[in-house]
Amino acid sequence: MDCINAKYVSQKISKTRWRPVLAAALQQPEVFATGSWDNEDNKLCLWRVGENEGYTMEDEQEGEPQLLCECEHGGDVLDLQFLDQDRLITASSTGAVTIYKLHPDSQTLSVAHVWDRAHHYQSANAPCTGVACNSPELVSVGEDGRVVLYKADQRGIVRVIENADSSTIHGVTFLRTTEVLTVNSIGQLKLWDFRQQGSDPAQILALTGDRVPLHCVDRHPNQQHIVATGGQDGMLCIWDVRQGNMPFSLMEAHSAEMWEVRFHPTNPDHLFTCSEDGSLLHWETSSGSDAPLFLQGRNSSMMSRSATALAGGNQSLISAWLNGDSSKGRLETTHMLPSQTLSVNSLDVLGQCLVCGTDGEAVYIHRRVPV
Amino acid sequence: MEELDVEPTTTLIPGAGLKQKHLGFEWGPGDLLMYETNFKLQDSGSGGSGSPFIHVVRRDEDIYSPILRKLFNESHHIFVGLQNIKDDVPSKNKKLQFVSISKNYRSVIRACMEELQQVAVSTTDTQYSNQVSILLAIELIWNLCEVLFIDASPAGSLLLHLLDWVRLHKADVDEKAREVLQSESPTRHHAYWDVVMCFVLQGRMDEARQVLQKQASLQPASRAAYQLVDNLLHKMPVFNPGGTQTLTEFDVKWRHWHEECDRCLQDNSFASNRHLETICKVLVGDEDALLEQKVLLGTWYHLLISRLLFSHPTVKPAELHYYAQSSMDMFLESPSASEPLDSILLAAFEFDLHQVIKDCSIALNNWWFVAHLTDLLDHCKLLQSHNLQCHVLFNCVCVCSFGSNLREFLVLEYASGLFSHHSLWQLAVDYFDHCPEFGRVYLELQIERVPLETERKALKVLRICEQRQMNEQVRSICKIMAKRALSNNRLGSALSWSIRAKDAAFATLISERFLQDYCTRGSFSDLDLIDNLGPAMLLSDRLTFLGKYREFHRLYGEKKFAEAAKLLLSLMTAKIAPRSFWMTLLIDALPLLEQKEVIFSVDQTHELMFCLEELTSDNSELKLEHLTQDDVESTKLELLRLALARNLAMAIVKEGTVEA
Repeated sequence: MDCINAKYVSQKISKTRWRPVLAAALQQPEVFATGSWDNEDNKLCLWRVGENEGYTMEDEQEGEPQLLCECEHGGDVLDLQFLDQDRLITASSTGAVTIYKLHPDSQTLSVAHVWDRAHHYQSANAPCTGVACNSPELVSVGEDGRVVLYKADQRGIVRVIENADSSTIHGVTFLRTTEVLTVNSIGQLKLWDFRQQGSDPAQILALTGDRVPLHCVDRHPNQQHIVATGGQDGMLCIWDVRQGNMPFSLMEAHSAEMWEVRFHPTNPDHLFTCSEDGSLLHWETSSGSDAPLFLQGRNSSMMSRSATALAGGNQSLISAWLNGDSSKGRLETTHMLPSQTLSVNSLDVLGQCLVCGTDGEAVYIHRRVPV
Repeated sequence: MEELDVEPTTTLIPGAGLKQKHLGFEWGPGDLLMYETNFKLQDSGSGGSGSPFIHVVRRDEDIYSPILRKLFNESHHIFVGLQNIKDDVPSKNKKLQFVSISKNYRSVIRACMEELQQVAVSTTDTQYSNQVSILLAIELIWNLCEVLFIDASPAGSLLLHLLDWVRLHKADVDEKAREVLQSESPTRHHAYWDVVMCFVLQGRMDEARQVLQKQASLQPASRAAYQLVDNLLHKMPVFNPGGTQTLTEFDVKWRHWHEECDRCLQDNSFASNRHLETICKVLVGDEDALLEQKVLLGTWYHLLISRLLFSHPTVKPAELHYYAQSSMDMFLESPSASEPLDSILLAAFEFDLHQVIKDCSIALNNWWFVAHLTDLLDHCKLLQSHNLQCHVLFNCVCVCSFGSNLREFLVLEYASGLFSHHSLWQLAVDYFDHCPEFGRVYLELQIERVPLETERKALKVLRICEQRQMNEQVRSICKIMAKRALSNNRLGSALSWSIRAKDAAFATLISERFLQDYCTRGSFSDLDLIDNLGPAMLLSDRLTFLGKYREFHRLYGEKKFAEAAKLLLSLMTAKIAPRSFWMTLLIDALPLLEQKEVIFSVDQTHELMFCLEELTSDNSELKLEHLTQDDVESTKLELLRLALARNLAMAIVKEGTVEA
C-alpha cells in the first residue's frame, strides 16, 4: 500500500471528485474537490496533489494533498460533480443546487448560481440527493421524488417532473443527451426520456420481489445501455437497460450499503465500489477477447451480437461486464484500503489516480491504480 | 459526603447569574445546560422575566478543536485495532504488539502537536500554544508509562529507555548545538560549554566529544586535559541488552571506569580548565556539580535520569521511586512548587498506576488521554489486580453504577463526550461496543437522539442499530422517518419506512390514507410502490388489501375480467376488505356485471348478493334513514340489485346450456 496517501481533514467527507483534465494533455489529474457532511459548518474544498511542485519539505510530505481553497456550503454536500474544468455543482441537504466557479488564477471558489429550494415539500425543504451533468444540461433528484432539469447558463428551471417517484430517489446518471436513469429507495431503476411529456418514466427496471434500496448508479463510459448499481445489501448489479427486467449479473460485494460505484472512465473493464462497511473494492474483468463468443452462454452471446451491431460492428466493444455466468470465473476483486472501520462514502477515479473520502475524516489518494 | 480530591474550579458564565438570579441546570452526556430562573426568588416578585438565553457549558472543549479531531480519528483506528488483538497470541509477541501500539498512539500525538505548533506560531491566539503544552505533557507521561509499565524493562535496559525518554523531550539541545556549530567560531559561542554539558548530561558522549574536539584543537596548551576527558567519555561503559554481557559484568566494568574518573579528579588533572573539571565532576556523579547544572537540566526528572546515569546505571524498577523523590526534593526549593505534572510523573516512578490515571483525569481537560492509556494498560493486564481501587479513585462518582471497571468508566466517559459532538458521534459507537458492561445501554440511549436531517444519515444510524440487533431503536428511527414523510405528504416514503420497521399499525394508517386518496381522486397515487410491494404486503391487513385492490385494478385494466372478478369477490369473502369499503367494491363489480359475456358464475353472483345483503342489513338500522334520504346511495343500491339479478339470470342460462 505504498502508493496510498492518507490525509486527515477534520471533516467527514461525503463526496470526492477529480477535476477533469484536458483530454489532449495526457496528464494525471492533480486537483480534486471534497464535500463534507454532518458538520456544523460544511465546506467544499479543493486540494492539490502533485510531485512536480517545488517541495521544500521533507520527503514524507510529497504526494500529500495541499489545500488550495475552500468555501462554505449550506447543508450537507450530498452530491458533487464537475460540470467542466472550472465549474462545480453541489447537491445540498437544504434542497439547493449550487454552481460554484473556480477562479484558477486567484485560487478561490465562489458561488456562480444557486437554485434554492429546487427540492422541497409543501412547506419544508427536501434534501437534494444527487446531481448529474451532461454539459450544459444538469439534472437533480431528491427525497421529494422530483426530477429537475436545468441548463447551466440559464437561471430558470427547464423542467420539473413532479411525483417522478413515490419514494426517495438516491442517484441519477445521464444515459444520453435526453435520457437519464434514476435509482430509488425501493430498488427500482427508472429511465426518463425528456422528449416525452408527462410524469411517467419510459421504463422501470427492478429486481422482482426484492425491494432493496439502491444507492448509486454509474453508466458504462462507452456503452450507454450498460449501468452498474449498488444497493443497501452491498450487492453490485450490472444491468442492460435494453434487456428487460432482470439485472445481467448480481455480485456480492460489500456487507453494508454501497455508497458509490464507478466505471473507470477510459478502461471500463475496471470498476470501483465503496461502502459503509469501510472497504473500497477494485473489480477487474478481462475483456471478452480471450474467450470466443460462442463459449459465453446462450443468452449473452445473443446479447453480445446485438451489442456488436449497435456499436458499429466493432467486436472489441463488447462489454466484459455482460458475459453473464462465464464472467464470474474471470472477475477479480481486490481491496484497495488497509483495514478500515468507518464508512467510505465516495470515490472517484481518473487515469491512474483514485481518491476516496471517509467518515473517519480521512481522504485517501492512490496514484498508481493498476488499470 | 466523601472528601473531594481537589477543589472544584469555578467557571464564570458570561452574562448569566447577574442581578442575583438563580441558575438552573440540566446535565447532558458531555455538557451542561444552564439557564437563569426565578425559582425560589420570592422577593423579586414581578422583577422581570429571566434571561432568554440558555448557556451550554462544555466539560471537554478539546473535542471542538479542528486539529485535535485528527487525533480523535486516528486514535480511534488504533483503538479498534487494539481491541481486535486475539487472546491466543503468545505473551511475548503480545508485549511487542502493545509497545508498538503505544508508539502508534504517541506518533499520532506528535503529528498533532507539530501541526498545532505550526498554527500556534502563525497566530497570537494562546489557545493553540496551550494545547501544544498539554499535548507535550500528555506525550511525556505516555512515554514514561510506556517505558515503565508496558515495556517494563529490567534493570540495565531500564536506564537506556529512560535516557531515550529524556532525550526525546529535551530536544532543544539539538537546536542549540546546531546554532553553535553553524556560528562563525563555535568555540567562542557563549553557549558552547552549555552544549557540551547538555550532551554529557543526556549521556550522548560521542556528540559531546565531537564538540569538545573543536576546542581541543585550538588549545594545544591544555591538550593533555582534553585528551583525558575525551578518553573518559569514550570509555564510559554502556549496557548492551542484546549482547552477551551480564549485568554484573557491566557493573564491574562501570565501577572501574567510575574509579578512574574519580582518580583523575583527585589528581587535579583538570585544575587548568574549570569547564573540564565540572564535566569530570558530573561524570563521577557529584550531586552538587549536577545541581549546579539546574538551568541546563530544566526539570527534576532530567536530574533524576542524569543522577542514575552517573551513579546508579543498574537501577532496578523497584528502586526508582526513592531516587525520584530525592531528585525532586533536591531540584525544587519547596515542596509546594510542584505542579500537577510533577506529581503525575512521580506517581509513575512509584509505579502507582492508579494515582497516575487519577491525577491525569483531574489535571487534564480532556478524557482522550486517560481513556486510551487506561485501555492500553488494561489490555496489558496491569489494572486487574486493583479493580477495587477504582472505588477509592473516583469516590465522587457513584461507583456501583459503573461496576468495578476503571477502564470501562473512562472509555464511556470519553465516548459520551464524543457522542455529544455533532459530527464525531460515529467514532463513539466503536468505543461503546468495547465496553462490555454498559456500552450497549449508553449506545441505545444516545443513538435515538442523533438528529436525522437526511435519509442518508438515517440509513447510517439504522445500519449501526441493525448491526447490533437494537430492534427497539430501529423501530423508533424508522417511525420518526415515516412520520416525517407523512407530515410532508410523502405517502410512498412513509410506507417504505414503516415496512422497514415492520410497523404494522403505521402501515395500516398509511394504507388508509392511500385508500382515502383513491376514493376522493378516483385513481391511485404512487403506483410504482404499490405495484411492487411483494411479500411486504403481508405486513398489515389493510396493506394487503391495498395491494390486492390495486391488483384488481391492474387486472381489470388488462381486461383479465375473470381473474379480476375472482379477486374482487375474495377480497370480501375472505374479509380482507374493511366493511366500510365493501360498497366501493360492489360498485366496482358493476361494470363486470354489465359485460356482455358472463363473468360471475351463479355461485359467485350468490356470494355477491350475500355480501350486499349483509352490508345493507348491517346498515339498515343505522343508515336506513340516511339511505332513503340520499338519492345517490339508493340509486346505487337499486342499480346493483338489478345488475346482480340480470347477471344471475344470464349465468343460470349459460351454465345450464353448458351442462346440457
